[in-house]
Amino acid sequence: MTRVRSWIPGLLLISPSLLLLGVFVYGFIGLSFRESLTDKHTAAQATGRDEVGFVGLSNYTELLASPAFQHSLRNLVIFTVVFLLGTLIIGFCWAWVLERPIKGEGIFRSVYLFPMAVSFVASGVVWKWLLNSNVGEQASGLNRLFQMTGLGFLQNEWWTNPRYGILAIALPAIWQLSGYVMALFLAGFRGIPDELREAARVDGASELQLYRHVVFPQLSPVALSALIIIGHMSLKSFDLIMSIANQSAYSTKVPAIDMYNFATIYDYANSAAVGVILLVLVALAVVPYLWYDARARKRG
Amino acid sequence: MGAVTTAPGTREITGSGKPSRRTGSPGWRTFRYAVLLASLLLVLIPVYVLFVTSFKGIGDASPSRTWFFPQAWTVENWAEAWEALSPALIRSFAMVIPAAVLSSLLGSMNGFVLSRWRFPHANLVFTLILFGMFIPYQAVMIPLVQLMIDINVPNGIPSLILLHVVYGIPICTLIFRNYYETVPMELIESARVDGAGMLRTYFSVVLPISIPSFVVVLLWQFTSAWNDFLFAVFFSTANNGPVTMALNNLANGAMLSNYGVSMAGALIASLPTLLVYVLLGRYFVGGLMAGSVKG
Repeated sequence: MTRVRSWIPGLLLISPSLLLLGVFVYGFIGLSFRESLTDKHTAAQATGRDEVGFVGLSNYTELLASPAFQHSLRNLVIFTVVFLLGTLIIGFCWAWVLERPIKGEGIFRSVYLFPMAVSFVASGVVWKWLLNSNVGEQASGLNRLFQMTGLGFLQNEWWTNPRYGILAIALPAIWQLSGYVMALFLAGFRGIPDELREAARVDGASELQLYRHVVFPQLSPVALSALIIIGHMSLKSFDLIMSIANQSAYSTKVPAIDMYNFATIYDYANSAAVGVILLVLVALAVVPYLWYDARARKRG
Repeated sequence: MGAVTTAPGTREITGSGKPSRRTGSPGWRTFRYAVLLASLLLVLIPVYVLFVTSFKGIGDASPSRTWFFPQAWTVENWAEAWEALSPALIRSFAMVIPAAVLSSLLGSMNGFVLSRWRFPHANLVFTLILFGMFIPYQAVMIPLVQLMIDINVPNGIPSLILLHVVYGIPICTLIFRNYYETVPMELIESARVDGAGMLRTYFSVVLPISIPSFVVVLLWQFTSAWNDFLFAVFFSTANNGPVTMALNNLANGAMLSNYGVSMAGALIASLPTLLVYVLLGRYFVGGLMAGSVKG
């Protein structure tokens, strides 16, 4: 009997997964793209009763030229920048103060991290209440808390503000994910060998120099991971907006909401086009990251 | 070193800090406690609101009383929320358990082959699998909607199980692969020398030492499928979908929403994942550290 190449069984074992992902990830991305090049804008076309024509990239050019979609993209950019800055700064600070032994560390860590275990839909319920836009007599939620603590001037209309409403959504998002970033940074801090710090101290480095030349460089891979993970989550943000505002609120619209709204009116072509645009945005960040990661793995 | 594939394990952060390190001056310690306690209070504000509001009756409806304890504690909201959510809770369990088990089994096999029974270009294949973890599902949604109609998978839990299994494969593969990378190659080689084939090696050598990873992966899949809303909203309704759908309907549905009931509902819907977090937090963190989050 000839010996079968020993790696063949391995390939066979994982072939079901490869087949599924090939179809459900790569195949469907291809189909979405094809769909986005058509004029399938009505229910009759979606169900095959009316004919569907090929229109090239015109759905993309029209979307990108429309003020409504530009508003979504602008919201997405604002949201992403604030979400990233918020989680990275808070997460880093928490990790920084927790890094060295302190009594009650476990409790602090668990409390900061727990919002991560809750669904956006559930946290949306309470944040919708906290971000109530009523002011004055009728104020509740955070606006009422501001009044009670003498910070009445901070009262605002939160997510209903037409220009910056999206910032109000970043607040719960930061609340939910800062603990996660803390956990990443904490692991990064703990991964720095003590000897490295000691050596720097022996060489006469000040605390500031120690951070600049030893700690920060060691933490940069962690920061990159956090950036990519939070960034790609941010681009896909959907659940929180649905449960705090809702799909018809213009002030908090982002592409993921547009995608859903197009789908509910059977405008599959535009819906798919928005999906592909989101994919391109995510890929711009993730592909270089995965490439860098794969090269690092090769080097060992 | 690679950032995704070499994300640190659980031990580094769950063990307390190294005792050899200096704890700093008293002033620095006071500062640390001040920051930690203030943050603790801020993080817990929403929890306080959820808890207190869920026990309030009609008499506490006035906006001026929103931040105070109820005048009379009542469990009516809880009873109403339970009635509205309990069928969906059962459906959520029926969805999450098979989804988590199936995707972790597939992930374990993939992880084993991609780290310890490699084939040519295994690294490239691994990267292609990982990409599936990051894609916005919006980019595959329209073909999925059409597929589910074409192959007749009933709307609701069956569709969702299929989706959570398939799209859970990348993260499960990643976690298992990282774990198996730490299994000494000699262990695999010696099984091979003893004449064990791939399946024997997997089942008798690798699988028995995979329990910790299985716990991490199962918890991770449990939590992310439990908390999913995007797939749920496309492939189910409040009447046949998971608890996130029922909760959203309770809080934002056509009926005038009663905050007391919604908040009791939010607590009920979060209880399973919170319990998992409290009881098995160590492993939960392990999943987080593996370098991925699903939104």
